[in-house]
Amino acid sequence: MPADPSPAIATRGLTKRFRSGQVAVDGIDLMVPRGCVYGFLGPNGSGKTTTIRMLLGLVSATEGEHELLGESMPAHAASVLPRVGALVEGPAFHPYLSGRANLMRLDAGDRSVAAAGAGRRVDEALERVGLAAAAGKRYRNYSLGMRQRLGLAGALLRPRDLLVLDEPTNGLDPQGTREVRTLVRELGAEGSTVFLSSHLLSEIEQVSTHVGVMSHGRLVFQGTLTALRQAAGVRVRVETTRPDEAAAVMRALGTGTTAVHATSGVTSSVVADLSDGDGTPVDTAQLVEQLVKAGVPVHEVVVERPDLEDLFVELTGEGFDVDQ
Amino acid sequence: MRSQPLRLFRSELRLVFGRRRNQALLAVLSTAPILIGIAVRVSSPGGDGEGPAFLGQITQNGLFLAFTALTVTLPFFLPLSVAVVSGEAIAGEASSGTLRNLLVVPVDRTRLLLVKYASIVVFGLAAALVVWGVGLIVGLLLFPHGAVTLLSGTTVSFANALGRALLVALYVAAMLAGVGAIGAFFSTLTEVPMGAMAATAVLTIISEIVGAVPQVRVIWPYLFTTPWLAFGDLLRSPVPLHAMAIGLLTEGVYIALFLLLAWARLTTKDISS
Repeated sequence: MPADPSPAIATRGLTKRFRSGQVAVDGIDLMVPRGCVYGFLGPNGSGKTTTIRMLLGLVSATEGEHELLGESMPAHAASVLPRVGALVEGPAFHPYLSGRANLMRLDAGDRSVAAAGAGRRVDEALERVGLAAAAGKRYRNYSLGMRQRLGLAGALLRPRDLLVLDEPTNGLDPQGTREVRTLVRELGAEGSTVFLSSHLLSEIEQVSTHVGVMSHGRLVFQGTLTALRQAAGVRVRVETTRPDEAAAVMRALGTGTTAVHATSGVTSSVVADLSDGDGTPVDTAQLVEQLVKAGVPVHEVVVERPDLEDLFVELTGEGFDVDQ
Repeated sequence: MRSQPLRLFRSELRLVFGRRRNQALLAVLSTAPILIGIAVRVSSPGGDGEGPAFLGQITQNGLFLAFTALTVTLPFFLPLSVAVVSGEAIAGEASSGTLRNLLVVPVDRTRLLLVKYASIVVFGLAAALVVWGVGLIVGLLLFPHGAVTLLSGTTVSFANALGRALLVALYVAAMLAGVGAIGAFFSTLTEVPMGAMAATAVLTIISEIVGAVPQVRVIWPYLFTTPWLAFGDLLRSPVPLHAMAIGLLTEGVYIALFLLLAWARLTTKDISS
């Protein structure tokens, strides 16, 4: 891979305010390093698709600027977009054309490739997504999974430096989902940067190296998956009959937010972050030792590792109200 | 790389002419000269003085069937089929979502508009040629042919008349190109192709209605439908060029205006479909 220092995607204060006054994307600063698989995560309606549309120049930004592969957009769309494969908001093709004819049409629009290789490029892309057998079938007769695959094939018509895939596993059965996951890993291994959006954490977690989390139009987290895991924070819960003394001991050891919860029965629980955010985490063995030394009866010590799902909900909010 | 711009254009033509609905439109258009031809053949030869222009001449020379068919289809059927194809142009891609695919390929928006418009013009030409060609064939099968007596009374050779007939078809295609530009513009305004088609057809009909009301004669020269039937001048000798030149100019102004509007709209539009 060439050591190009420019990031695959960089945005500064990218904002989209619709004419209605609604702010769909609110000053986000995306930073997608080359060669990573970037999971762009957020609930439906959090601004992911609008962001992707802005990145690709389909929707103009109200404020802010962005670059793809080191070239500013949308000014350099003609030179940079051929190096970007995209699947935006699900597949869309002409229903009465075959899958193959639909891809031929997209290839015909691409000025960066020679006409001569069109058939080969299309067949290879269809082969890659496992659609070769259904290539001659009309798109309208495709199942949802086949349509999604055709969309992916469109993004893979030629080698790409960057792939922007918006919810690529939508509508796929578990088998198809797994195939897409494998495909994304392969593309990443080949050196392409993959920018993958999803509202499903589990999907992002399995393939991504980097994560950005959107909520209500804002980028509420961005970093490596490891950093996200750390941000999730490990907590310790101590069941004791003397909670206030226990809390004092724990604070003295440098735990983060420490709170006492009354529980039914004899004991109360003291819950604390094992790290206060910038120090090394408190060693649980030491914690127990100190509690015992201080004469605090310890009934139970549990180390809780919240899964990313909880953190995701915490970051993006939960409930049934639709994000505006 | 060579021939790239034509690749998308060819793809567009395949899309337009490969579509069943558009083929059906052309098939329906081709029935007009057939129906007129049969009707004139089976009716008594003395029915002059009524009906569309050139109808009376058909029995003397089959070539006139092509002119009659164009005269009959030009006010409604021909512009309607161009309205359908042009209304579909951008709105159709937007409604199926394929517009976003093309734009991220990337197909430049200006290039897309030009390719779309060029294929609309080709469709209009094809529609005019279908009416003309079928009219010619049916006319020659059912009626006498040979030297042609023009409207001005002079007689020209059959080859000469055939050349004039071809020019008529080209003039009609140029008039339809005006409808196509209007349709292309409406097509950039909506994601509903039917809406753009209807708006184009309605505007054409309104223009024709206004063009038939003598009280507003003063605005007739500015209507895009007014010069449509000026092609009759091609059947005189010498050919008076004035009306047709005005016609081409009018249509040219409409085409320039509506393509500019379409361009302004398409290049600034947020593609959210």
